[in-house]
Amino acid sequence: MELIGHMMDGFATSLSPLNLMIVVLGVTAGLFIGAMPGLGSVNGVAIVLPLTFIVPPSSAIILLAAIYYGAMYGGAVSSILLGIPGASTAVATTFDGRPMAQQGKAGLALIAAAVASFVGGTISVILFTLFAAPLADIALQFGPPEEFALVLLAFTTFVGLGGDDVLKTIIMICLGLALSTVGLDLISGQPRLIFFDQPGFYSGISFLVLAIGAYGVGEILYTIETSKSAPQVTPARLTFRELGHGLKEMNRLWKTMSFGSLIGFFVGMLPAAGATPAALMAYGLAKVTSKNSDQFGKGAIEGVAAPETANNAASTGSLLPMLTLGIPGSPTTALLLGGMVMWGLVPGPMLFIEQPDFVWGLISSLYTANFAAVLVNLALIPVFVWALRMPFTVLCALVLILCIVGGYAPSQKMHDVWLIVGFGVGGYLLRKADYPMAPLVLALVLGPLMEKSFRQTLIAEQGNILAFIERPLSATFIAISAIFFLLPLLKYARGLTRSKATA
Amino acid sequence: MSYTFLRRFTSATAALVFAATTTVAQDWQPEKPVEMVIMAGQGGGADRLARLFQSIIQKEKLSNMPILPVNKGGGSGAEALRYLSDKPGDNHVIMATLNSYYTTPLRTDIGVNIEEFTPIARMALDTFVLWVNADSDIQTLDDYVAAVKASGGSWKMGGTGTGQEDSLVTAMLEKEFGIDVTYVPFSGGGDVARNLVGGHIDSSVNNPSEALGFYEAGKLRPIAAFTPDRISVFPDTPTMGELGHDLVYWMQRSFVAPKDMAPEAVAYYTDMFQKLSESEEWQTYTAEKALMSEFLTGDDLQAYFLEERGKHADLLSSMEEGS
Repeated sequence: MELIGHMMDGFATSLSPLNLMIVVLGVTAGLFIGAMPGLGSVNGVAIVLPLTFIVPPSSAIILLAAIYYGAMYGGAVSSILLGIPGASTAVATTFDGRPMAQQGKAGLALIAAAVASFVGGTISVILFTLFAAPLADIALQFGPPEEFALVLLAFTTFVGLGGDDVLKTIIMICLGLALSTVGLDLISGQPRLIFFDQPGFYSGISFLVLAIGAYGVGEILYTIETSKSAPQVTPARLTFRELGHGLKEMNRLWKTMSFGSLIGFFVGMLPAAGATPAALMAYGLAKVTSKNSDQFGKGAIEGVAAPETANNAASTGSLLPMLTLGIPGSPTTALLLGGMVMWGLVPGPMLFIEQPDFVWGLISSLYTANFAAVLVNLALIPVFVWALRMPFTVLCALVLILCIVGGYAPSQKMHDVWLIVGFGVGGYLLRKADYPMAPLVLALVLGPLMEKSFRQTLIAEQGNILAFIERPLSATFIAISAIFFLLPLLKYARGLTRSKATA
Repeated sequence: MSYTFLRRFTSATAALVFAATTTVAQDWQPEKPVEMVIMAGQGGGADRLARLFQSIIQKEKLSNMPILPVNKGGGSGAEALRYLSDKPGDNHVIMATLNSYYTTPLRTDIGVNIEEFTPIARMALDTFVLWVNADSDIQTLDDYVAAVKASGGSWKMGGTGTGQEDSLVTAMLEKEFGIDVTYVPFSGGGDVARNLVGGHIDSSVNNPSEALGFYEAGKLRPIAAFTPDRISVFPDTPTMGELGHDLVYWMQRSFVAPKDMAPEAVAYYTDMFQKLSESEEWQTYTAEKALMSEFLTGDDLQAYFLEERGKHADLLSSMEEGS
């Protein structure tokens, strides 16, 4: 078979001693970059990109893929240990990862995240290998109406399945959407919501600033207050026995992880969607299908496994439109695209035909990078867990420093640091009033995408709002959204009838 | 005698020291990575080109420090313009421009005056082509005009943000042929090309580099070029001029810097781009991708910018009258 031949050639490249060494180095570096709140795969790839000129292109892309994968693994670390999502893709991991860490099960949560990432990565690479070419055509089917419907689905996953208090969730989504309109409007180019005429608002409010403020600073303030009376974090230990126990636990989660991988791959593959909605949907689905769904949000291991499989699968999926269409699905793939252009490769429909060596070398390196990442990650878990055993007074200051540095570094504007402080105080107050943070930050990420595709559709269809349900793909998504949205109502109604029956 | 010797010695040393300092001044070099702000989103023509420049600079070692491309495409490039105007005197930031360099400040009051920026170098002029999906029946410009007329205004033309180049070219088309299209803005040329291939829009005026991959894969069909002469990569595609319509439009690809950049730094970057424009890779690229490489710097470039801004002001006001 032609495919097997290509794969063999690819592995011959990616398994050479130099490339193996590169993979391990890249994965380790990526892991630490991803584990820092504020830094993510984008920063990792950006830093390393210029260095790739000293190695041949095939090794260079392997290095970048290794960092990309390592950072995706590492993203879970800060979500679980500190409760601060380092990237929007890791927001869903905080839902159960953070409670697990607070119960002293940080080690187990990290093992779950590592194994889930590995499964997600592997399943998606296999899908990629088998179906790359035909799937590219599906990505083309996605126009503005489909994009809108998909984002809507991600939102309703939240309302229907996420929080306990639907009203508070909706209020936070609205607040997030309002914040997402700050800056210049994409369609008309007009400025909107420029508070106090501050030029810093022209570039909008970035996810990182809001997440670091609301999660990082807000969480620290909240913990300082509550830890006066009771110790917050149970010290976690990690032994080989626990590792074995963790792996056994994961063995039960095949269904969750398979669904997560499939959702992650397909959603990640769609241009402009990416890993954030994928992780959310996987979490929602896991909650619906799980037998102990009432444990979700309180430290369920499935709640860590599902989004982690999905976001890793999505990171592979988003390579597909980049390679086959030349359209990056995420900021990181956009950088990878830049790298490819530098090496004289033209991504697009012709790449698979004209540069098979490169394409299959890359695909096979995804397998090796994934394998190396899970091993390095598992080996480093004790180090991460050890960090949690620091006295709270030290940890608290350290996290605050990380927050400020991580918030300042990407844009290097004091404006962002002040915003972080503001969001931190706001987040603290909202948390005290029991408002969930996740809908807020996710609305900020998904809001612009939703608004853009909504307006594009209405412009293209002369204002015909029915356009969204006249196309099969978007109609399907909207129907599922409607079901998710009505689910809490149905539950409520059923509860009423039941209580009547017992009365 | 010893006195003279001493005097000679001191003056010689003074001369040496002076010479040394001036060489230092002339040989200004970036002290940290240089930010290359891109006025457009990822994956579009402007973005790809900027990243190509970065790669050539890096490969040919034209800069001792890495060049870091940063996309600030929000609001038709207003985000990038604001960013640059907030960094006066910064020697470590340059911006890759396109025509929204003039049009965005003309359309929106974002508190930016492009006359204040420091011109560095104009690298190229990009071309525009009218595209349709290869599955459509449209083969010629006449077919196209007939199809648009038959659609009664619902013909979907995709392009970059409203008021940007693509929408100007579309407005020129509408005026010339007396047609009416629905203009759908997207965040980048790459997005536009993908949506045209996917059939979500009916036509585009993509730059050749944005559509070339799909064209080679047989997914898109060029109808006519907005150039004075035929584009070498599309030898069978007529120009608008050949078909009797005087429609020519260019997209400039230049670099500018913040106001008050140190003259030594300006000299450094100008020299860097001069070398870049002479590099073999750039020469090959311009030939393959149908770009006109006409290098321009300094006051000539500023004069060109201001002239173009005037032209675009007229274009925009005629567009607003039309709608």
